Amino acid sequence: MNTPPLIASVPAWGEVLDTLLLRASATSTTVVLGTALLGFAAGVIGVFALLRKRALVCDALSHATLPGLCIAFIVGSALGVNGMSMPLLLAGAACTGVLAVLAINAILRHTRLREDAAIGIVLSVFFAAGVVGLSYAQDPNNVSSSAAGLGHFIFGQAAAMRRHEVWMMGGLAITSVLAALLLLKEFAMVCFNDAFARVTGWRVGLIDLMMMALVVLVTVAGLQAVGLVLVIAMLIIPPVAARFWTERLPVLIALAGALGALGGYIGAVLSSLVENQPAGAVIVLTSGGVFLISMLLAPTRGVFAVLRRRWALRLRIAREHLLELACERGTAGSLTQADIQRVAQLRGWSGFTARIVLLSLRSRKEITRTGTTIALTPSGAARGERVRRNHALWERYLVRYADVAPSHVDWSVDQVEHVLSDELIAELETELASVTAGAP
Amino acid sequence: MTFSIPVDLFPLSAAVLASIACALLGNFLVLRRMSLMGDAISHSVLPGLVIAFMIASSRSPLVMFLGAAIAGALTVVLVEVVKRLGRVEPGAAMGVVFSVLFALGVLLIEQSRSSGVDLDASCVLHGQLETLVWWSADAPNSLAGLWSSDTLRAVPRQVWTLLVMAALSLVFVVGFFKEMRIASFDPALATTQGFSAGGMHYALMLFVAGATVAAFEAVGSILVIAMLICPGATARLLTDRLSTQIVWSVAIAIASALLGYFGATMIPGWFDRAPVNAAGTMGVTSGVLLVATIFASPSHGVIARMLRRTAMARTVALEDLLASLYRAREAGEQGVPIDSVPTRVCKRARARGFVERANGSITLTPTGEAEAATLVRRHRLWEHYLVDRAGFAPDHVHAPAEILEHTGLGPETGPETDPHGRIIP
Repeated sequence: MNTPPLIASVPAWGEVLDTLLLRASATSTTVVLGTALLGFAAGVIGVFALLRKRALVCDALSHATLPGLCIAFIVGSALGVNGMSMPLLLAGAACTGVLAVLAINAILRHTRLREDAAIGIVLSVFFAAGVVGLSYAQDPNNVSSSAAGLGHFIFGQAAAMRRHEVWMMGGLAITSVLAALLLLKEFAMVCFNDAFARVTGWRVGLIDLMMMALVVLVTVAGLQAVGLVLVIAMLIIPPVAARFWTERLPVLIALAGALGALGGYIGAVLSSLVENQPAGAVIVLTSGGVFLISMLLAPTRGVFAVLRRRWALRLRIAREHLLELACERGTAGSLTQADIQRVAQLRGWSGFTARIVLLSLRSRKEITRTGTTIALTPSGAARGERVRRNHALWERYLVRYADVAPSHVDWSVDQVEHVLSDELIAELETELASVTAGAP
Repeated sequence: MTFSIPVDLFPLSAAVLASIACALLGNFLVLRRMSLMGDAISHSVLPGLVIAFMIASSRSPLVMFLGAAIAGALTVVLVEVVKRLGRVEPGAAMGVVFSVLFALGVLLIEQSRSSGVDLDASCVLHGQLETLVWWSADAPNSLAGLWSSDTLRAVPRQVWTLLVMAALSLVFVVGFFKEMRIASFDPALATTQGFSAGGMHYALMLFVAGATVAAFEAVGSILVIAMLICPGATARLLTDRLSTQIVWSVAIAIASALLGYFGATMIPGWFDRAPVNAAGTMGVTSGVLLVATIFASPSHGVIARMLRRTAMARTVALEDLLASLYRAREAGEQGVPIDSVPTRVCKRARARGFVERANGSITLTPTGEAEAATLVRRHRLWEHYLVDRAGFAPDHVHAPAEILEHTGLGPETGPETDPHGRIIP
């Protein structure tokens, strides 16, 4: 079998650099700037769509713009206006997009269908209507003017972006930033606690409406560049990616805008360099890459960070179990291989885990090893004693205040003893002042 | 309506079979609130299809199915991973996963097109139902002519695939009906009954991916969503029984396929226009049927509910009038002035012979008296019950009893007086 090369021609580095630095042809500069601005606006507005849990409503909205485009084209052509005039098409798109959102709300209010079904129904039925309209508009017998460009709205055609459209994208970016700044408090209120917003007198419906209007604006602006199927990605992916890096709303908004712009920028550069690359898809894949990096590498919420913390905790607990055992045996802390094997069996450690635990203890200078026996260092012994004391205190507390039978406390205490904070220990000590350490 | 076998037979059977397969599975998607998983899968099987196609460079249904099944399973797993590991809200997780996979599919299609592979991004969206015509020249023109072995040989691959998929879905839904029902309504119970609810979940997802792929060539990836969700959702508004719902959904699916298919040629034909995209009209038809059901469903429809509410309001108004007349008589008044009563309520009461009018006031007739007595009896029994058994304060029971009196029948025997000391008739 003759496998064709995946990428027809690999561009030279100089060309890549030129496009990146906007020194290439005026067209590609226009496209790159335009999509970056669009990505910025979409990222900022997408934050609110994400926090309001409207991600898929936005998807339905963008799919539902297709019938509007077709109707605007057909009606425009029939009235003798240029059917492909951009303001006309985008106005049509906005109308059916808004209609779709209203339809979802109406289905939710008047039937027992759930939100998922309502979104799926509206998305697919509106899109079906758009497909019918498209096949009607593209038949030259039906409509006099050519509908060749209409199909481009589905997958987008960023390369067709013109200079004045870049200004439009710039205006959109400024609008979205202004809206985010001016309405930050209102949007945050509605996103995080709409019930509270309602009882404190905010007009939640109105605020939702403004939010939706901004989404419609971004969607309609993005139709031409990335297409209506993928515009959802520009709205949702940057905020979701930014969410991994921060817990603060203003930072989230700024970051989502920046990541959106980055995705649009790199995506447009890539697609302008290689032939046969649909810009929309490349932009979405670039954002997808940004998302993947964020999900894996973000310092506190990222997958690696979470796993590392989890492993560190488990390792600490394992270490403490071993130290605790050594102290409990009262032999001034020495352990034989057999002891370690017994702990491993009891805790379900593999031989590998046991070795890791020992290694970690030695590197922390809490044990020393002489031949086959293992002895605790003073710091190791102190820690073991502390864990033992925590264990005893918590056991006492459970028996005395939580009415747990003395024969049932040991196992649950084994989990808790490692995570008691210093304040809690101090409190327990004063609470149980009469009690000296030891088993109940 | 014209039906020509060479042109219409195969597209129509493809449409009907695809609708049936999707509708059967869609019932469970709607029920389990996973409609959007169907949406996500139908978007993201695209890269699976294209990659399978590029590797095998054939459109063999098995290879395509394999590619799509892998992509479908990957979608389900990825959404789970993003949701769990990234702690992302489910809708957004789905949006991220399927839009990225769909973008990958679009990119791959564009790449493969440059290398001469015959796949087209736009047929991904609207399908190619119209290309399924019976190409051979000796295609029969009458139904009688179909009874020959040539017919079997002429059936296009897509129709066979859809036939198999519809049959498999039917076997799955009928054969595992009990398991799917329990797993959908009560996953924990399913697990205690000894079969895995998670397993059923993945089996359903696999079938959805399969049906999506089979239907995708005929109607396109986004319109598959309409076929999956609309019939099940429509049937859900017609009945409360799952088995009945499934039967309804299949009937609705067949109806949308037939009406949509013929609508695509017929309606433009009235205006001397060329046919429009049949897959699109099928989607629109299923939407129209859904809207019609939302309004006209006898059990859950907007109109039925409105009528029930109006009937209830009339009954309540009439009963309130009778009760107030009864109380007036108890208080020793001779009737109630007629202009203190809404004319329509008064008219209805007179038509049923409950009240009569004399000297500008209305009074109860003997039948009206009996009716009013049972009503006031119910009111006072409720008051008694609320104070005696439900621990209400005597001065707080009138309002709830005023509502409750219109429902239920009181017992034959009971206490003599209500909490306010009035006699219970």
